[in-house]
Amino acid sequence: MNELNLTVLFAGVVAGAAPIILATMGETITERAGLINLSLDGSILLSAMTAFAVAYETNSLLLGFLAAALVGALTAATVAVFSIYLNQSQVAVGFVLTLMTRDLAYFLGNPYARIHGPQVASLPIPLLSRVPVLGPVLFTHNLSVYLSLMLIGLSWWYLYRTPLGLQLRSVGEHPQAAFARGIAPQRLQLFYAVCGGMLVGLAGATFSLSTKQGWGRPQGAEGTGWIALALVIFGGWDPVKAALGAYLFSFLQVLGIYFQGWLPSIPAQVFQVAPFPLMIFTLVLMHLAQKESILRWAGDSGFKKSLLRLFSGVAPAALGKSHRTD
Amino acid sequence: MQHRGPYNNPKKLIQFLRDLAFALIIVFVFTTVILLLAKAPPLSAYFHILKGSLGSWSKFSHVVKAWIPLTLCAYGLLFTFRIGLWNIGVEGQVMMGAVFTTAALRWGLTAGMPPLVLGFSFAAGAAGGALWALLAGYLKTRGGVNEIFAGLGLNFVAQGIILWLIFGPWKRPGVASMSGTELFPQELWLSHTPALNLSPAGLFFVLLAVILTALLLRYARIGLNLKAIGNNSAAAYLFGLRPDHYMLIAMLFAGGFAGLAGNLQVTGVYHRLLPAISSNYGYLALLVVMLANYNIWAAPAVAFFFACLNTGSIQLPMMLQLDSSLSGVIQGSLVLAALAVQAWRMRRRERKESSPHE
Repeated sequence: MNELNLTVLFAGVVAGAAPIILATMGETITERAGLINLSLDGSILLSAMTAFAVAYETNSLLLGFLAAALVGALTAATVAVFSIYLNQSQVAVGFVLTLMTRDLAYFLGNPYARIHGPQVASLPIPLLSRVPVLGPVLFTHNLSVYLSLMLIGLSWWYLYRTPLGLQLRSVGEHPQAAFARGIAPQRLQLFYAVCGGMLVGLAGATFSLSTKQGWGRPQGAEGTGWIALALVIFGGWDPVKAALGAYLFSFLQVLGIYFQGWLPSIPAQVFQVAPFPLMIFTLVLMHLAQKESILRWAGDSGFKKSLLRLFSGVAPAALGKSHRTD
Repeated sequence: MQHRGPYNNPKKLIQFLRDLAFALIIVFVFTTVILLLAKAPPLSAYFHILKGSLGSWSKFSHVVKAWIPLTLCAYGLLFTFRIGLWNIGVEGQVMMGAVFTTAALRWGLTAGMPPLVLGFSFAAGAAGGALWALLAGYLKTRGGVNEIFAGLGLNFVAQGIILWLIFGPWKRPGVASMSGTELFPQELWLSHTPALNLSPAGLFFVLLAVILTALLLRYARIGLNLKAIGNNSAAAYLFGLRPDHYMLIAMLFAGGFAGLAGNLQVTGVYHRLLPAISSNYGYLALLVVMLANYNIWAAPAVAFFFACLNTGSIQLPMMLQLDSSLSGVIQGSLVLAALAVQAWRMRRRERKESSPHE
């Protein structure tokens, strides 16, 4: 095993997390508006395939990314329309779409499997990339990685510091009250589902045009959608915490590659499982953190209280519920 | 979530069939467009799927081999859907059934008496699936974890356990690989009738599942209680029903049936443990039950149709250089179309009821 070069390792973590961050931010925004888009895993694959195929045929990366965003938006819009306007279970529709879009991606992507195509070029930022340590870790990537970094702050700012973000959250918490204050919850939910879906589509494009370049069956992005869904919960529906979760996961993955030299008998896929027990564990802790006996246990202890606050993510109250105001 | 009653009313049956026909037409158009997009001849593709599933006895026996686990999972899911649980963990329950079965068979390699070992493996498989389902159930009732995320998480954990076993403790002597563990000796294979290549044990389990599910859900108190809790758990609680107990009972049945399906994948189909042992039948069974509109008698028919699609589409790569995933596209779009048609009908009824009578 080579010596661990920490800057290279962390640069790898930041680059590897980019598509996961994009998908996680998209899903966080959608879920904060009260809608679960369960179709992530399939729609990432379908948009990855679309991005690669379009970029290959037109030789334009921009068109590839746009097409992927469109696919992500359309899938999310399907979930939203079925739920909001047709009164069907979001979970059911999202789940069916997960399986269907995945199979659609494999079917339509067959001619594009294992061929060489265009790839996003890396674009180091002139001055910042020279900063010691932070420079190589953060500023020697390509545009989609920069986009993922910016999105974390942007989502947080939008959700918590703008009137529109307040509207978004109010729709997710109490759509009836929002309606009474003159907000149209259904239209907003559809809008944010489409916004979130576009980010999910960009995540797919980032996979096939940058992180795991190319298309195939399997592509390598399989499972990412479920991980993003887990990370949204892990982060307690807070974009910054969810992004930290994504970096933690990416870090584990990179470590897994390094560890493979030490434990050759364990395939890398076993490490892929790690976020899921963590997600379940977090959910149990969140549940416990709301119990009165636990609150009493924390008492006045500052440490215990901050520990509780770390796990005190609460789902948007109206998450997953269809409601009608007409 | 809608839980429709049985269609013993002929008028409702006709409506059901008409809706189904609508959905089929929508899907036919959609799939044809997809095939044209892939520059494939649509009619030829449909023909190969049909011929590849019902074209010969040997093909048909493959369909039945897929139909059996699919139907078992679907019947298990009827219990959990009845109480309003979205048991997405059924996939992992199939996997753990297969893991426990493999453990039992490995132990039985040295014990002798193959028929007894096989019989023991059935119990082990069902127990494995039930255990995994109970875990999700307890996480729901005690841990406050939504069953969808608990189940999903446990699916990935089960997949991790299988990979670890194949590459670790149960690896093939020499090389460990994705092709799975070593084949079991033929004495530990489920016997198949020579003529039709069908396994009587598998068919027996399906029959058992049908009878048990029909009796329990349609004619026994437990079915009524599950439904009562599913419709309004707060009211059911006031009537002295414990929702958490019934949730665990429903999970027990779902996991047990799924575990049996996992057992049959090992003893009847692959004769070893491999990473894709569940063949996605758990996830597919969720679609089956939705398309069957949670109906006991429609579920096996839908499962048969899905099994035909799965088996027939294997011909596509060989004959037309297409990916076999077309079956999944058809299945998924069929469920979506059915949901849309159903929603459209509900809207129309609502509009009719709300419009003023003259």
